[in-house]
Amino acid sequence: MIPWGETRLVQGNEAIALGALASGIRFFGGYPITPSTEVAEILARRLPETGGVFIQMEDEIASISSVMGASLGGAKAMTATSGPGFSLMQEGLGYGCMAEIPFVVVDVMRAGPSTGLPTQVSQGDVMQARWGTHGDHPVIALCPASVRECFDMTIRAFNLSEEFRTPVLLLSDEVIGHMRERVTFPRREDVRILDRPVPETPVEWYEHYHPAPSNVSPMASYGSGYRFHVTGLTHDRQGFPTRRIDEVDEKMARLKNKIVRRLDELVEVKTHDVEQSRVVIFAYGSVYRSALAAQVMLEKKHKKVGVFRPVTLWPFPDREVKEYLDEKDVVIVPELNQGQLIHEVERLTSDCVRIVPVQRVDGYEITPEEIVGAAMEVM
Amino acid sequence: MAAILPYEYKYLRAKKKFPHVWCPGCGIGIVMGSIIRAIDSLGWNKNEIMLVSGIGCTSRMPVYLDFNTLHTMHGRALAFATGVKLANPGLKVIAVMGDGDALAIGGNHIIHAARRNIDITSIIVNNFNYGMTGGQHSPTTPMNAVTATSPHGMIEPGFDTCALLSAAGASFVARATVYHVVEMDGLIRQALEKKGFSVVEALSPCPTNYGRANRLGDAVKMMEEMRDNSVTVTKAAKMTPEELSGKIVRGVLAEREAPEYTDLYRDLCERVQGKAAEVPK
Ligand SMILES: Cc1ncc(C[n+]2csc(CCOP(=O)(O)OP(=O)(O)O)c2C)c(N)n1
Ligand code: SF4
Repeated sequence: MIPWGETRLVQGNEAIALGALASGIRFFGGYPITPSTEVAEILARRLPETGGVFIQMEDEIASISSVMGASLGGAKAMTATSGPGFSLMQEGLGYGCMAEIPFVVVDVMRAGPSTGLPTQVSQGDVMQARWGTHGDHPVIALCPASVRECFDMTIRAFNLSEEFRTPVLLLSDEVIGHMRERVTFPRREDVRILDRPVPETPVEWYEHYHPAPSNVSPMASYGSGYRFHVTGLTHDRQGFPTRRIDEVDEKMARLKNKIVRRLDELVEVKTHDVEQSRVVIFAYGSVYRSALAAQVMLEKKHKKVGVFRPVTLWPFPDREVKEYLDEKDVVIVPELNQGQLIHEVERLTSDCVRIVPVQRVDGYEITPEEIVGAAMEVM
Repeated sequence: MAAILPYEYKYLRAKKKFPHVWCPGCGIGIVMGSIIRAIDSLGWNKNEIMLVSGIGCTSRMPVYLDFNTLHTMHGRALAFATGVKLANPGLKVIAVMGDGDALAIGGNHIIHAARRNIDITSIIVNNFNYGMTGGQHSPTTPMNAVTATSPHGMIEPGFDTCALLSAAGASFVARATVYHVVEMDGLIRQALEKKGFSVVEALSPCPTNYGRANRLGDAVKMMEEMRDNSVTVTKAAKMTPEELSGKIVRGVLAEREAPEYTDLYRDLCERVQGKAAEVPK
């Protein structure tokens, strides 16, 4: 089913479906929406072959809810959506973070707001991914920039969700989702697949939210003989609702610390010639590809620029941005929105660094030429 | 009234989670008692039972019961339950919901769960209003009734929950009241035993909000009203439409045999895998 070690022409969304299958997905609940639908269509065909479940639910709220139910039932689970569907999933995402349920949500970003430009690209959901739910908690979001990365990062998203017991977002975009590329798949033995740790404690001692060393406790599933309670209400270690200040504080701190204390494992960036350059392009997702092309075009004009790419969008690579970009003359930030991550870059760099936006929200890619143009103006 | 028998403590998280949140005179606890007695009479293992709820007074029930329990988001009990059931078809999945939970915010999920005929037992505690948020109108609030958000009288007709879910494809649909508690025990038991999507609508007093707003008297008065104003299906069959008007009909309102969703899904997998085996790739 997975073309391990082989070379194929593959579409981005297809690579996500294959990555999910490689991870051992057992449940997909979804609702069709362009440009993510191929993920559902491929899994509808493939999952029954493995005995896994595909179900088309009645809407996106039902989709994410069914995914959480399945995950609590012990299944590796995922949903995929875009724009309006991602908005509908926000309450569920918050529930997943609060109840510490592992699953993957793919958002193939399309141009909004509202129904917007359904078949065209954007990076408009970056801040929604971070702040879209009510309440306050960290999230994990990864952002692929090639078809091969769609495969790898889906596996990584599953691994992280199982390891950290939390939903993980894969923020793809329409260009990456619909693009076809030649992909050489890794060999099976080179890929690490993680499963959530399961408890070994006697049933009567089991605590569904024990603050084990890493703030993430082993997780029993429904039907395993461990009977436990799950709620979106703030809860104690056993999962029962509480308003005791010490227990509330412990829970909220743990939700935060399980992520912010392990940034080294989560945060990934890619840099190209950043150290040697006074001007750096900060880019992610499909725009990163234009940034790399712009770098080559500028090189031909004897202008040296670096490229900095956050691969993990959330938690944001604060330390890396400071380390790599704070001493630069200019950071060019091309984004397919009206300015989202640019504010994070501004937050982390001193006033001496000139931040130059290049933004498009008309549904089209930012071209390498546009980035070159912006660079030429400041160089 | 059925007695609170000692065996019921076997099913409660008695030491940890009591006292409960419900008001004096609320009927939700009576429905919980019925669920316990029905399960006990079936002799089911607690490890096999999955109790899912949404948000509301009714949906607080799972925290008190020593099963696998899941308190989800407002309206979403059945969507979560669908995931749990498909991931683990061996579990006996029960969803408890208020009328707002099941029929307003969760209305889309319940008609689709019924249409799929997935093997889940839904227990809808219908108290004709939103209890938890202080007595606003719900999709079952009767015409002219006064609630916090229909202070001048309700002008929307209510759902006939049982007719709705029967039309949507449920395999078993029944109505009970918390006054007729022995009857309710039996109906819940039948619903639990029935393969496919089954529903019991349990009428229950909310003296705190609905009762007070409509001057229906205390909980006992509201229970007496259920006694005096309802008839069994058998009796209803012999009554004229005029005699029946305004009466609540109790008992099994629909029952049918239809393929169940998790069975169909398993068959589909076998079919697909059989094909895959025939044509080696
Ligand atoms: C998305 C969302 N909207 C609104 C609420 C607020 N809310 C909590 S319970 C409830 C209604 C409860 O009424 P019902 O479902 O009839 O159950 P009851 O309390 O009467 O048992 C509402 C509107 C919520 N928790 N979540
Ligand atoms: S508000 Fe009504 S439904 Fe809620 S516990 Fe009180 S009486 Fe019961």
